[in-house]
Amino acid sequence: MPESASERLSAAGIEHRLHEFLVERTKTEWEPGQDLFASGVVSSLFAMELVVFVEKAFDVVVEREDLAMDNFRTISAMTDLVLRLRKAADA
Amino acid sequence: MTGGAGDGPLAVIGAGVMGAGITALALGHGVPVRLLDVDPDKLAAAPGDIRAHLRQAQLMGVLPPGVAPGELTTAASLEGVEGATAVIEAVTEHLKTKVELHCAIADAAAPGTLRITNTSSIPVAELAEVVPRPQDLVGVHFMNPPSLIKTIEVIRGPQTGDAALAAVRALAQRLGRRPIVVADGPGFVTSLLLHRMINAAADIVEQGRATVADVDALLEGCLGHPTGPLRTADLIGIDNLVDSLRVLHERTGDAGCSPSPLLLRKVAEGDYGRKTGRGFYEYAAR
Ligand SMILES: NC(=O)c1ccc[n+]([C@@H]2O[C@H](COP(=O)([O-])OP(=O)(O)OC[C@H]3O[C@@H](n4cnc5c(N)ncnc54)[C@H](O)[C@@H]3O)[C@@H](O)[C@H]2O)c1
Repeated sequence: MPESASERLSAAGIEHRLHEFLVERTKTEWEPGQDLFASGVVSSLFAMELVVFVEKAFDVVVEREDLAMDNFRTISAMTDLVLRLRKAADA
Repeated sequence: MTGGAGDGPLAVIGAGVMGAGITALALGHGVPVRLLDVDPDKLAAAPGDIRAHLRQAQLMGVLPPGVAPGELTTAASLEGVEGATAVIEAVTEHLKTKVELHCAIADAAAPGTLRITNTSSIPVAELAEVVPRPQDLVGVHFMNPPSLIKTIEVIRGPQTGDAALAAVRALAQRLGRRPIVVADGPGFVTSLLLHRMINAAADIVEQGRATVADVDALLEGCLGHPTGPLRTADLIGIDNLVDSLRVLHERTGDAGCSPSPLLLRKVAEGDYGRKTGRGFYEYAAR
């Protein structure tokens, strides 16, 4: 069921949820602007898991040109993506 | 001549880990595919698996730009194979299954059609000895995930013809892959080296000498292995790994290829790796 606009997480809430997921899955601490892929901790295969998580957790669909590593490179980039996709869906 | 119509559809047989991955590679390069499996559940799951492979390829930026995806059709029998430019077999790693299937493929496909086995370890010669027109048969070892691994190991069987080899090179170019041709033998180059290493890694864990994560971290951090041997086992599928190790052990007599008890236990418990959600590691559902 699509969540109503008021139930949606704020940017800070999205960041928090992403951080929680990453720490749980990678057993590593992450800063919002830290490059997940530069470290080698997060493999390119895990990147796909990240895409699926983002879609499910925030009820968005990531397609075509949005499906790019740069959108998933940092917690901040993913947060921006979610906010942008929601805005586009509302428009 | 082998593989005349260079721009026709491919037939992929077996819709498991590799069949789905190879199909996605072809579709992503604009090549139409007819995908076959005897298991209706596998066939039903295939479009979703293929979509996930294609999304991953898109995410990693490895799809050729401006190419419209090829069309996918699925089938439960070899019907339709006669129209294919090349037939790629990617079924379970059992000699008898492959021999029977390759005989049927040879009957269904027009003479001169390139016929490929994606076996990990079975020497091409063992198929070539029994199937019709062995000159059209070549081993092409795509690795998982096929869209992300640019190099393919090409195995020239003792009876493989020059035309078939040329057709493989043309296919590799069409799929944006770099072929490296090697001679036949159990496990060729890559499986003989890799499977034995993974088996040794499992033994080290079994003996309590290091944890799964530490074995992988050492191979990654000290030796530059991209995923670590045990994460690679999960990616391959531990059931398939054990089948391949058995093929290698039977043919080489090398004790290092006798499947580790830890691998056997994982298979018995149904923990095959990524494809079942758990192997040496746990995976979220796709
Ligand atoms: N998994 C890997 O990483 C990898 C890499 C390279 C090569 N290979 C090789 O590729 C082949 C396939 O491996 P996989 O990992 O995809 O296995 P898998 O178990 O995931 O899939 C095998 C599929 O073959 C189907 N099948 C079995 N018999 C059939 C028949 N007679 N006709 C049609 N379909 C049939 C099964 O239903 C199943 O869907 C094996 O030879 C394997 O050694 C695997």
